[in-house]
Amino acid sequence: MIKGRVWKFGDDINTDLIIPARYLNMHTPEELAQHCMEDADPGFAKNVRPGDIIVAGKNFGCGSSREHAPISIKGAGVALVIAASFARIFFRNSLNMGLPLLECDKAVEDLRTGDEIEADLERGSIIDKKTGKVYHTQPYPDFMKELIGAGGLMNWIKVRREHKR
Amino acid sequence: MPHTITEKILAAHTDKKEVEPKEFILARVDLAFANDITAPIAIHEFRKSGAKSVFDASKIALIPDHFTPSKDIRSAEHCRVMRDFARETRIENYFEVGEMGIEHALLPEKGLIVSGDLVIGADSHTCTHGALGAFAMGVGSTDLAACMVTGEVWLDVPASIKFVYKGKLKKWVCGKDIILFTIGKVGVDGAAYHAMEFTGEAIERLPMDERFTICNMAVEAGATSGIIAPDKITEGYIRKHSKRKPVIYKSDAGAKYAATYEYDLSKLEPQIAFPSLPDNAKDVGKASNVNIDQVVIGSCTNGRLSDLEIAAKILRGKKVYPYVRCIIIPATQEIYKEAMKRGLFDIFIKAGAVVSTPTCGPCLGGHMGILAKGEKAIATTNRNFVGRMGHPESEVYLASPAVCAASAILGRIAHPAEV
Repeated sequence: MIKGRVWKFGDDINTDLIIPARYLNMHTPEELAQHCMEDADPGFAKNVRPGDIIVAGKNFGCGSSREHAPISIKGAGVALVIAASFARIFFRNSLNMGLPLLECDKAVEDLRTGDEIEADLERGSIIDKKTGKVYHTQPYPDFMKELIGAGGLMNWIKVRREHKR
Repeated sequence: MPHTITEKILAAHTDKKEVEPKEFILARVDLAFANDITAPIAIHEFRKSGAKSVFDASKIALIPDHFTPSKDIRSAEHCRVMRDFARETRIENYFEVGEMGIEHALLPEKGLIVSGDLVIGADSHTCTHGALGAFAMGVGSTDLAACMVTGEVWLDVPASIKFVYKGKLKKWVCGKDIILFTIGKVGVDGAAYHAMEFTGEAIERLPMDERFTICNMAVEAGATSGIIAPDKITEGYIRKHSKRKPVIYKSDAGAKYAATYEYDLSKLEPQIAFPSLPDNAKDVGKASNVNIDQVVIGSCTNGRLSDLEIAAKILRGKKVYPYVRCIIIPATQEIYKEAMKRGLFDIFIKAGAVVSTPTCGPCLGGHMGILAKGEKAIATTNRNFVGRMGHPESEVYLASPAVCAASAILGRIAHPAEV
């Protein structure tokens, strides 16, 4: 169960907004976290608290393939990103490196910055703590559940290779 | 069952007879590559996994092209990580500065990708290579790390969207205008998780350079991949550049498409994508009051020889407008050499433009032409996101090489016929 405060963003939040290229000469989660979402909300990195949740509109993470984007978000302590939809490469990068994502346009419509929510990744449900309203997301396909269950792609291939031996 | 070219290529890289859209597969990879931004993280993950060798040193390419020649100490350290790894694992296709070019222009030129291949690159514009009739998909660093170990990639088979283009293009209208127009029609997520299949008489007439430009920007509509069925033009290109034998696939009559769009291009005007999303496309005439501070002609989208030739045709005997910087970046050393031999650099330099060594540089706000607060640029690049080329309050307009060259002369966004 993930409990946290909402940071709300709009549609088409691209990877340049999440982590601008001027910081791509860095690669550690700690450094990248200091500039997370800088060109979308310059105050975000300073004020985000571990466990907080990003809620955004459609096509979150569009643009570049830079894994620095999910790394900076995870590095900033963000526990979960909820969006109406995710761009493809950002989506696979996040699954591969272990940043939880949920797709739920209804929750995105209602939620605002500062709202307290609870999310159950296993069940794919989101609860607005103030209103008590429950939102349901599409469950992940089996393959993705396996990937998430293994703790990301590198662990998944490791388990698979050991299995083969 | 009838299948699309994309489904056929993917099936051929599994042990299955056929694959269906949305099915999850593990596919064998013919070429996996990364650059100086994405490789260091992939290498870190690769080492963490305990792997000692790569699955096949001939099927991996590492290209330091983004922040190179290294723009600062940290970027130089990233390049060193990549170089050391290439040496240690005996990667056959490591291209040092001097040999290096922008990856999506360099790899086809080196003959490393042919029709029928399955290619992954840790760079979103990997979809460029679909122009060769290959399946090519951008991935992240962890994907690349896993592939360097196993030679495989996971993917959900994309359903295809068919684009049919009819009509003869007007003078000064080119592949870049076709793709900007298309993204403008479908939107930045209009082809999300799909393969964009570009077909029709207008595509069949296009030379390879313009086909690369079209497939290059498929990702700007959210697509997994872009693809153009191989024909005589493709085969001619591959014969010239590669020793490998292409495997030709075509979509079956009766193949299923998620959607089909038909466009008549005979009245299409040169297109401009206004800030700050690539789908904000308008006719060039709507931008004629936009004054510019910088022009960039280059990138994986439009840094090929024919792009430079058209820019030279327009800049010949003219001058770049006062206080405007015009930066021209041939995408590979081979293009650089050929452009120099053909006298294009004389034209550029006499016009007051600068010519750079190959680099992604300004396209992603790396180096070689960063914008100050409030400045505007017109560029042949692929993204006009907020802050893409520099300060968050600078602006990028996307256009063809012809429009960019004309704009450099007039100091405002201009139709090539105006100069």
